[in-house]
Amino acid sequence: MNKIDQALYEFREMDELADQDSLVHRFPVLPKVLLTILYILIVLSFHKYDLSSLSVMILFPVFFYQLSGIPLRKCFYKLRFVLPLVMAVGILNPFFDHTVIMKIGPLSVTGGWISMLTLMLKGILALTASFLLVATSGIARICAALRRMHVPSVLVTLLLLTYRYITVLSEEVSVMSNAYHLRAPRQKGIEYSAWGSFLGQLLLRSMDRAEEIYQAMLLRGFHGHFHYVDEKPASPKDWLTGLLIGALIVFCRYYNVASFLGSLFVR
Amino acid sequence: MIEMKHVSFRYEAGKEILDDISFRLEAGESVGLIGANGAGKSTIMKLLSGILFGDGEVLIAKTAVNPKNLYEIRRKLGYVLQDSDDQMFMPTVYEDMIFAPRNYGLSKEETEERIDAVLEKLDLKELKHSRNHKISGGEKRMAAIATILAMDPEVILMDEPTASLDPYNRRLVINAINSLSQTKLITSHDLDMILDTCGRVILLDQGKIIADGKTEEILRDQKLLEAHRMELPLSFTRR
Repeated sequence: MNKIDQALYEFREMDELADQDSLVHRFPVLPKVLLTILYILIVLSFHKYDLSSLSVMILFPVFFYQLSGIPLRKCFYKLRFVLPLVMAVGILNPFFDHTVIMKIGPLSVTGGWISMLTLMLKGILALTASFLLVATSGIARICAALRRMHVPSVLVTLLLLTYRYITVLSEEVSVMSNAYHLRAPRQKGIEYSAWGSFLGQLLLRSMDRAEEIYQAMLLRGFHGHFHYVDEKPASPKDWLTGLLIGALIVFCRYYNVASFLGSLFVR
Repeated sequence: MIEMKHVSFRYEAGKEILDDISFRLEAGESVGLIGANGAGKSTIMKLLSGILFGDGEVLIAKTAVNPKNLYEIRRKLGYVLQDSDDQMFMPTVYEDMIFAPRNYGLSKEETEERIDAVLEKLDLKELKHSRNHKISGGEKRMAAIATILAMDPEVILMDEPTASLDPYNRRLVINAINSLSQTKLITSHDLDMILDTCGRVILLDQGKIIADGKTEEILRDQKLLEAHRMELPLSFTRR
């Protein structure tokens, strides 16, 4: 399997993850989307030096990944190209922020190091939460939930079609790449001299296929917005569960659970 | 049910793709549109479905095909594309099947009823919730036909419905086509399939109608076929 096929396989695996069955999968998507947004906002709201309080927020993804049956390592593996970017966000902080926050023996820990770790953790937590939402809901159900939240139809359609066209583009790249390598068996990649025509052809082929798909949509009455699969609406019990989880997330933001736990062990 | 009156088409500053085409299909008729590559078959299909517009008059169920009434025209017409991957653009067969009925305002209950009936008719019930990328080429072609039947169209256009199918799946598609009572216009290079599914054939070459008549008569005419870069169906050459 070449790299493109592998990427396509991994991309489609997200749909298969969403087809699994667990409490998290069965939980209605609308409250799930709202909880994910709340969780991300709360995570992002922590102060840059508040690493200890933020660390408690790790418990949420750990718990819900366990409950959903999706291994956390799968998330980290799939996000392996994005995570380094997230990690890089705060990498310069130690060079600019020399404020000493605490001392561990003779070692001074500066604000730069703490804020770097906080930023990294925030990014990782936001990504793992988003991944869990997609992996337990599927893009179509998320789009349906977004429409129910009155997110403009054009934005939701754009999201759904982007998701659809990623596979169209990847399939075209895969076909072209296979055709290239079958006639250039000793080359590892695609020669620089062929990049221009390769990309040009890719663009033309993708546009042709995109046009075909769009025509297929028009031929079946598409006039600007999708009708999504009707999902059973969230019951009062679902909303109550969502509310409790939301309350717990907010509680962890305003009550320092980490220092409470620490005080149980250290006087 | 389908009528083309003196239709011509050319791309801007290009050569004429269709030249004064006229034919008429009665309700319930199944007609094969055959011809070598570049004869103009796909252009006729695109003109009938309002993807392209040319000179002359195109009518579907007595309604003229023009940019103003495309929504109405496409409600009456189902177009099975050659490439099922393009046709099946939603993640699952079910989501693809509800796409058209919901766009045309059917309620959830009506849509469910209709797609269950179509899946039953085509014996595809087990595919209902399958992911489109997980099903085989043959299943995808049948599912693509199902998405069109879910629209309950009066007219069905099919572009190479048996292309790249194995014999078993090809036979399934032929049986499915024969079970449909709608007016059908089918383009194909698979002349044996045309022989099995169509009572009438229109032979095109270089944008002109060369022959229009009974399938058996035209497909048995070796001289006529060879003069227009075609061959006898395999089932005739074996006899």
